[in-house]
Amino acid sequence: MIKRLLLIAVVLMPAGVALAQEGGEIALKHAGTDITDIASLQRGARDFMNYCSGCHSLTYLRYNRMAEDLRIPEADLKGNLMFTSSNPFDGVNSALPADAAAWFGKQPPDLSLIARERGVDYLYSYMKGFYVDPSRMWGVNNLYLPGVAMPHILASLQGRQEPVYKNEPDSTGNAHMVLVDVKLTTPGTLSEQEYDVFCRDLANFLDYTGEPVKAKRQSLGVFVVLFLLVGFAFTYLLKKEYWKDVH
Amino acid sequence: MAAAPESAASKGLLGWIDQRFPLTALWRSQVSEYYAPKNFNFWYYFGSLALLVLVNQLVTGIFLTMNYKPASADAFASVEYIMRDVSWGWLIRYMHSTGASAFFVVVYLHMFRALLYGSHRKPRELLWIFGCLIFLVLMAEGFMGYVLPWGNMSFWGAQVITSLFGSLPVIGGSLLEWIRGDYVIADATLNRFFALHVAALPLALIFLVIAHLMALHEVGSNNPDGIEIHDQEDEHGHPLDGVPFHPYYTVKDLMGVMFFLVIFCGVIFFAPTFGGLFLEGPNFEPANPLQTPPHIAPVWYFTPFYAMLRAVPSFWGTQVWGVLVMGASIVILFFVPWLDRSPVRSIRYRGPIYKIMLTIFVVSFIVLGLCGLKPPAGIYPMLAKICTFLYFAFFVLMPWYTRFDRVKPVPTRVTSHD
Repeated sequence: MIKRLLLIAVVLMPAGVALAQEGGEIALKHAGTDITDIASLQRGARDFMNYCSGCHSLTYLRYNRMAEDLRIPEADLKGNLMFTSSNPFDGVNSALPADAAAWFGKQPPDLSLIARERGVDYLYSYMKGFYVDPSRMWGVNNLYLPGVAMPHILASLQGRQEPVYKNEPDSTGNAHMVLVDVKLTTPGTLSEQEYDVFCRDLANFLDYTGEPVKAKRQSLGVFVVLFLLVGFAFTYLLKKEYWKDVH
Repeated sequence: MAAAPESAASKGLLGWIDQRFPLTALWRSQVSEYYAPKNFNFWYYFGSLALLVLVNQLVTGIFLTMNYKPASADAFASVEYIMRDVSWGWLIRYMHSTGASAFFVVVYLHMFRALLYGSHRKPRELLWIFGCLIFLVLMAEGFMGYVLPWGNMSFWGAQVITSLFGSLPVIGGSLLEWIRGDYVIADATLNRFFALHVAALPLALIFLVIAHLMALHEVGSNNPDGIEIHDQEDEHGHPLDGVPFHPYYTVKDLMGVMFFLVIFCGVIFFAPTFGGLFLEGPNFEPANPLQTPPHIAPVWYFTPFYAMLRAVPSFWGTQVWGVLVMGASIVILFFVPWLDRSPVRSIRYRGPIYKIMLTIFVVSFIVLGLCGLKPPAGIYPMLAKICTFLYFAFFVLMPWYTRFDRVKPVPTRVTSHD
């Protein structure tokens, strides 16, 4: 009886602690990426090279590794994707000079591992999170990275978003405007659905970039675990066979 | 198949070896004729699993060392080189990083087993002490290994943990500088942590594991009933409730190993970061002395101790009290064999007080672990204080509650086995 009660206590304890967590942050949007979707990764690679690689490098991703994994023919790679280097063994460099920090306030970060650091949902949300804010240097701010230093480079595709505020009482009881969401006011060249796919492809590509072996790892893992389950079944039978004499 | 007479001297190559080295004698005394209680249950798999994980760490560690560069300018990139360009490097690295967490999982469960069945009690005190030393070395090994990838969390984690030594009175400042080899965590620190992580500490670990096993084989294994199987022997001097380690426990542990590997490989192949618990997100950003991560948390296996460190307020102008409490939380483990005054070993024959105290201890340890993962805000500081108190209460009050607790009669033979 005591045992059971204590077991329940142990099981419920983390749940109770979790309930006590404080909220507040704006929830991330679900990216719904699929690392095995080669077409999506190819579109993401194309869009990255065209829209992002001007400023952001992918130092740890080699062009030829990308071409091999994403089944991109060498002619397409050299003709359409390699803008900053002519050697397929090179990592993806940005076109910016090293002192670009003077232009933006900080050097645009390398994005090789950004998906591992922040997660795909963050990247997807971030790309959808820009809104008009005249107080900022580039006239935009971001719902998920307040004070963002990057201009909304995809604004021609997405269009303009305006912030949505809600009146909420603060701790002193005074009403106070809280930023809760953004909404599209001026459409861009892509429809909302098309822009979602665009962001999903980019997030997916950055997920691949963070760990090029990810898809292979997961597909290999199925066989490894199945093999070990069979191995477990055999060792279970072996153990039973030996232990049947022990009384 | 006719069994060879036991006294027959081995022939051929084995005979040649046996005349020069006690190979057959060792095999017999330590494995094929080492009698272990036949009633080992679920909790007895974790010793052999810890050994398996140790071998995993040593072997994968050797291969990582071949490609890793212990210099602050190259370390981070060399880890990505292993992940991307070295053949199967990603697998070796994940086996090592997952193995580190698995090591602590099996060691925590192994230690809990000892508290369940009184495996630290006379005559196994030294066995327990070797175990505690292994745990201590393992913590140092885990901490220094975490610094090597030179991510931002590696850097700031090392900054926080080494600065603990700086809080010691008088010697603190110079001790800190001596440990770091610089005024901050820097190239010199990374170099020495690498040396300790790949040479000094693994050596210490191997020697301690050998001592742990020698002590175990000297006194024999405890069991879930907490009785001595050698008190009841047959006419050959073999314990009635014992079975030879080989083949009975070799095949049983092999089964345990396979089950463990299913879970271990499941993590390696499907969740190597384990939701940011085994490999933390901020550690995929290179070390940056100018940018502190928003929230510095150690890896999950240190969080209970980290929570205790933070739970103790600083007074008299120093924060050394938290450091002392954290140190005491480990040191007190060494005294458990003498703190426990119960006339019985196993929880099966102990009364309700020990059961309640052990459960409170486990719950407070888990809650401390959760508190250590969270920023010290909201209810967590208070929870951590309460649980630190309960953690120590389990040990400090042990001499009293174990003596007054009701106990049940202990059988002379083991009660059940599978």
